[in-house]
Amino acid sequence: MNQDDKQALLRLQNIHKSFPGVHALNDVTMSVLPGEIHGLLGENGAGKSTLMKILNGVYRADSGNIVWQGNAIEIHSPQDAQRNGISMIHQELALVGYLDAGKNIFLGREPGGIIPGTINWGRMYADAGRIVDELGLTIDVRRPVRFFSLAQQQMIEVAKALSLDARLIIMDEPTSSLTDREVETLFSQMRALRDRGVSIIFISHRLEEIFEICDRVTVLRDGAWVATSPIADLTTDTLIKYMVGREVDQIFEPRTGSISGQVILEVKDLNRGDRVKDISFQLRQGEILGIAGLVGAGRTETLETIFGAHPASSGIIRVDGEQVHIRRPDQAIKHGIGFVTEDRKGQGLFPAMTVAINIAITRLAELVRAVLVNRGAVNALAEGFITRLDIRTPSTQQKVQNLSGGNQQKVIISRWMTLNPRVLMLDEPTRGIDVGAKHEIYRLMRQLASEGVGIIMVSSELPEILGVSDRVLVMHEGRIAGEFDPQRATQDDLMTAATGMVQEGFRS
Amino acid sequence: MTSHVRDLSWQVVVGGLLRRGIVLIVLAGLMTYFASQSDRFFQSRNLVNILEQNAALMIVTVGMTLTMLIAGIDLSVGSVAALAGAISAGLIVNNGFSFEVSVVVTLALGFAIGLLNGGLIIWGKLPPFIATLAMLGIGRGLTLLYTEGRPISLNGVDQYTFYGRGDVTLPVFGETPVSVLVALAIVMIVSVILSATRFGLHIYAIGGSEETARLAGVPVTRVKMIVYGSSGLLAALGGMLLTARLFSAQPQAAVGMELDAIAAAVLGGVSLFGGVGNVIGAVTGGLLIGVLSNGMNLLRLASFLQQMIQGTVLVVAVAIDMIIKRIEGV
Repeated sequence: MNQDDKQALLRLQNIHKSFPGVHALNDVTMSVLPGEIHGLLGENGAGKSTLMKILNGVYRADSGNIVWQGNAIEIHSPQDAQRNGISMIHQELALVGYLDAGKNIFLGREPGGIIPGTINWGRMYADAGRIVDELGLTIDVRRPVRFFSLAQQQMIEVAKALSLDARLIIMDEPTSSLTDREVETLFSQMRALRDRGVSIIFISHRLEEIFEICDRVTVLRDGAWVATSPIADLTTDTLIKYMVGREVDQIFEPRTGSISGQVILEVKDLNRGDRVKDISFQLRQGEILGIAGLVGAGRTETLETIFGAHPASSGIIRVDGEQVHIRRPDQAIKHGIGFVTEDRKGQGLFPAMTVAINIAITRLAELVRAVLVNRGAVNALAEGFITRLDIRTPSTQQKVQNLSGGNQQKVIISRWMTLNPRVLMLDEPTRGIDVGAKHEIYRLMRQLASEGVGIIMVSSELPEILGVSDRVLVMHEGRIAGEFDPQRATQDDLMTAATGMVQEGFRS
Repeated sequence: MTSHVRDLSWQVVVGGLLRRGIVLIVLAGLMTYFASQSDRFFQSRNLVNILEQNAALMIVTVGMTLTMLIAGIDLSVGSVAALAGAISAGLIVNNGFSFEVSVVVTLALGFAIGLLNGGLIIWGKLPPFIATLAMLGIGRGLTLLYTEGRPISLNGVDQYTFYGRGDVTLPVFGETPVSVLVALAIVMIVSVILSATRFGLHIYAIGGSEETARLAGVPVTRVKMIVYGSSGLLAALGGMLLTARLFSAQPQAAVGMELDAIAAAVLGGVSLFGGVGNVIGAVTGGLLIGVLSNGMNLLRLASFLQQMIQGTVLVVAVAIDMIIKRIEGV
């Protein structure tokens, strides 16, 4: 710690912060060295984002010091932080999609023209171009940012931070919506920044990424500091232990053995546009079928097509051996097919409505007395699932938007369970969910499978695909590029197939 | 989300051209049709008439465009226009103020009402739709109260009515209505502000994402207040031009003008969700509405038919815009 004290670019000392009813940060101390990538880890609610918001001037600490380059400073606003050389890149990118890259980079700090109030466009675009070049990006700074990929938008945010002469950049889950290839690009840019002496605080839920990119990590749990350590001294197991506070031997549930149930879903030569091409597979009762692939490989589109959210242009779907006609979601639901979408807030939940309504909504038609909704029956139905799935909520009447990501996911799964589905399809079921809650989602999926439900899981996290599935399909450019036995295949095998390098895998 | 780099494809190029050109194409089509149906349509007096009749609407549309660009709206413009007409006339006719003083006071009043709208929206946290809807009612009520429900005649106040019916002789153009010149000046000034100044960029940024703008250090509150203030001020100016053209302040003047202004802006490519569009487009949209109604009058179409056709044109134009968006795939 002594060495830290002398060299540190930033020291957060004994930070306390309380919100009504919650002690969000309790005596947290951490330091960031010049030119290091410092991972910040912890489960949701551990206090990471509160700490970063204090550093970024969104919140004020109740007590404690921020020591920046050896001097105690106060940060009252994000602008204050920027003036000091601290920039934050939020998980939800803070770019204006309709404005071009140059305007976004200099928004709020436009170089003035000769006439007061006007902008010196020439200088602005020249400066923007120079910063972008320095980052090694090949993008047109006069193009609206909505035309750029998410990874490029991330880098435009980085360019914005650099234009502010940032010495410290906070990146809040920058990889959560990037493909693996884009993550690699981002990481090489981050390393280049580090080599220029810029420090980065990197927040991510993906432990592989932490191990790949970080020099040191700090772990928070329940608002308190747990550990700071060079990453080389840590293993995945210790990190998880620090984060969840207990030994986790197994994140994944053990498989139940060979799957010998009858085929409940059969898809044959399914086509839609250029994202779903000649998809054929079978799903057995009690089986968890994992679908891997890069973002844009057509995995989500395949699920959507089976579900009738977008009708197929050709192909056959059989449920229990009988051909079914699915052009709309309600027809899929009638045949016992459920779909947990990737976008929980936008497509899965009614965020401002209660937990009870969110669970019971598909059954409301039956839960009426005369013409009015029978609140007692709705709540009773919800109570059952809250207990059974261990949904952590103060009551059935809590608004679902106030629940954590993991509990929101359980609410959505409960809703499908009210319909007793034969097949449940889950798209990125653990995205943005912390390690402990992930484990519970895996357990729930295995439990449903053991009750005879066929499960299809799309995921971009290869360890999850390999750890949870009974069988794995890999998609590439709308086609199935390989089928794998997860107990024999490696991440590299799946990656090779996902990038289109091979057509055949280990047949299971 | 696409994982690959999006190139500036033909879809984007075609979409962009269509988006900018669609109003002009429809406008040209309508004008060709009306010219083929009526000899009088293309007479220069008629074309000048169309501009003169719509000068007030154009000015109000400019203010509406500003509020729509920041993802807001101003439903009070019609009422503010009527109130401004009444008060500016009353100050001269009843209170003996000079024309200049009356104009300055009225514009200040318009600006103040706009600021009040802005204040209700920013600090009162009212949705723009509701705040300005309330002001629509209050403004109209105040107008009726002030005029006691009767018109205020401006017969003989030539200095005022000059701005409604007067012409100035310009080189090349010849006799040009003053009201049209005022409207064009406003369009040009605001257009330059939007495209060349920091304030203009901040308007687009707020409309694109208010939170992003705030985080980038854009003075969001100030920009929004000035935008709503300007909308009020431009509504007052439009109201005075309307009053000058009618030779009197009518308590029921400009009823429904806010809907015409919104329709004009939307036809001209201004997004109801903010951040997209410009003043030239919006004013072209206003001209389209003006040409349509003028042409239908020349063809002696019944007014119920005219209203149905106007509604249809709006739906078709917005539907085309949606199709363009789909072509662009954004």
